[in-house]
Amino acid sequence: MRLTAITAALALMAGAANADSTVAPTSVSFDEYGAVEASLTGAPGDAANGKKIMTIRGKGNCIACHEVSALKDSPFHGEVGPMLDGIGEVRTAAELRGIVVNAKMTFPESVMPGFYKTTGFIRPGNGYTGKAAKEEDLTPILTAQEVEDVVAYLLTLTDS
Amino acid sequence: MKFKAMTAIAALLVAPIAFAGGADDDKLVLNGEIEMVTKAAAPAHMENVDEIISGWHFRADETQALQMDDFENQGMIFVDQGIETWNAVDGSEGKSCASCHEDAADSMKGVAASYPKWNEEAGELRTMQMQMNDCRTNRMGADAWKYDAGVAINVEAMITSHSRGMPVNVAIDGPVQAAWEQGKELYYTRTGQLELSCASCHEENYGNYIRADHLSQGQINGFPTYRLKNAKLNGVHSRFKGCVRDTRAETYSPGSGEFIALELYVKSRANGLSVEGPSVRN
Ligand code: HEC
Ligand code: HEC
Repeated sequence: MRLTAITAALALMAGAANADSTVAPTSVSFDEYGAVEASLTGAPGDAANGKKIMTIRGKGNCIACHEVSALKDSPFHGEVGPMLDGIGEVRTAAELRGIVVNAKMTFPESVMPGFYKTTGFIRPGNGYTGKAAKEEDLTPILTAQEVEDVVAYLLTLTDS
Repeated sequence: MKFKAMTAIAALLVAPIAFAGGADDDKLVLNGEIEMVTKAAAPAHMENVDEIISGWHFRADETQALQMDDFENQGMIFVDQGIETWNAVDGSEGKSCASCHEDAADSMKGVAASYPKWNEEAGELRTMQMQMNDCRTNRMGADAWKYDAGVAINVEAMITSHSRGMPVNVAIDGPVQAAWEQGKELYYTRTGQLELSCASCHEENYGNYIRADHLSQGQINGFPTYRLKNAKLNGVHSRFKGCVRDTRAETYSPGSGEFIALELYVKSRANGLSVEGPSVRN
C-alpha cells in the first residue's frame, strides 16, 4: 500500500517536473551551428513513436521529402531532401534536434519546415484549411516530446 | 564549416536523383497534327531557370497520351459545353457571346496566348475571366460569373483551345509592370507554417518527387486543366489556392488582385511554350 502510494506520488512529481521543464518553442536555444544541446522535455525519446511520426502526413511526414530505406513499408518517399540512411552515425542528437526544431538555423535557406516553431510566419493558416490563423493560436507541428521521439528514431539509422 | 561541407555533400548526393526523376523527352503532337513547343529557352526575365518545361513532361505516359488526342481528352467534353454557353442568349440585351464574336474558332484565335493583359479603357489588368464578365455585365446585361465557376472555366477552355500550339506571349512591361512585380514578389514569398514559396517547389525542386507527386515547374500554359483527380476542368486561381493552402497558409481568393498579379507573373514564365489548354493532368 505504502509503496504504491509512494510510487504514485513519484510519478506525479515526474509528470509535474516534465511539464515544467518542457522548453517552449519560443525559448529553444541553438548553438552557433544550429544545434540544440538540451532535450526539449528532459524525458528520453521513444524511437518507436518517432518512427510513426516520420510517415504520418499531418505530423512529421518526413518521407514526403526524404528517402529512408528502413521505412520502405510506407509508400512514396520524396527526393526534395537528402536520403537519411546512416544519419544517426553522421549527426549527433544535438544536431538532429536542431534540424528538426528549425532546420533553417542549420541550413539557412532550407525548404525544410521548422517542426517546433510557432512565430515569424507570413500568412499562417489554420492547418490545411486555407483559413487564417492567429499567431497566438498556433501550435508547433510536432510537440516537444514528438521531436525527441523523432530524434531518437533518427539515431537508430546507423546503416548507410 | 563542418555544416557547410555537409550541405555541399548533401547537394551532390541529391543532384543525380533530381535528373533521374526529371522531365522526360517525349514529344507532344496534338491530334497527329500540331507540334507543341513543350520545352524552350527561358525568357530573359527569368533569373534561376534556363529551360522552361511544360507540366506535360512530368506526367505518366498514360496521362500524357490522353492529351494527345481530342477524342481521349475529357477536357474537350467541357469545351463542347463551353460552345453551347457561347451560343446561348443570356441577360437583358437578348445577346449571346456569338452575337458579337460569331465563330470563336476565328475571333478568339490567339487570345489565350496574350492574357492576362492590360485594358486601356478600364485602366486595369484583366484575366480572360474578367474580360468575359465585362462582356456579360456591360454588353449582355447578364450577371457576372463567379470566379473559376464551372461555366466560366468551360468557356475559358473553349476560347483557349483555339490558341493551342501558339506560343504564350504576355506583356510584362508598361502599365502591367507593377502587377508583374507584385506577382513576382508573391511567387518568391514563403508562406504558412511550412514556409514554402512557389519557387521552393516549382523552381528549386521541379523534377523531384514530393511524396507521390512529381513536381513540375508549375507552368500555366496548359490551363484550364482537366484533372483526373476531380474529373473536371480546373482554373488557374483554384490551383494557386490549393498550392498555397498546402503550405499551411491563409490563401488568397480566386479573382483577388493578388492572384491576378500572380497569374500574370506565372504566365510570363511560360512565354515561349505552346498554349495547351485544356490539358490533362493528374
Ligand atoms: C519540404 C521538405 C522537407 C521535409 C518535409 C523534411 N525535410 Fe529534412 N531536409 C530537407 C532538405 C532540403 C534538407 C537538406 C538541407 C538543406 O536544405 O540544405 C534536409 C535535411 C535534413 C537532415 C540533415 C541531413 C544531413 O545530411 O545532414 C535531417 C536529419 C532531416 N532533414 C530530417 C528530417 C525529419 C526528421 C523530417 C520530419 C520531421 C524532415 N527532415 C522533413 C527537406 C525536408
Ligand atoms: C509544397 C509544394 C508546393 C508549393 C509550395 C507550391 N506548389 Fe504548385 N504544385 C505542387 C504539386 C505537388 C503539384 C502537382 C504536380 C505538378 O504539376 O507539379 C503542383 C501543381 C501546380 C500547378 C499545375 C501545373 C500543371 O502543369 O498543371 C501550378 C500552375 C502550380 N502548382 C503553381 C503554383 C504556384 C503559383 C505556387 C505558389 C503560390 C505553388 N504552385 C506552390 C506543389 C507545390
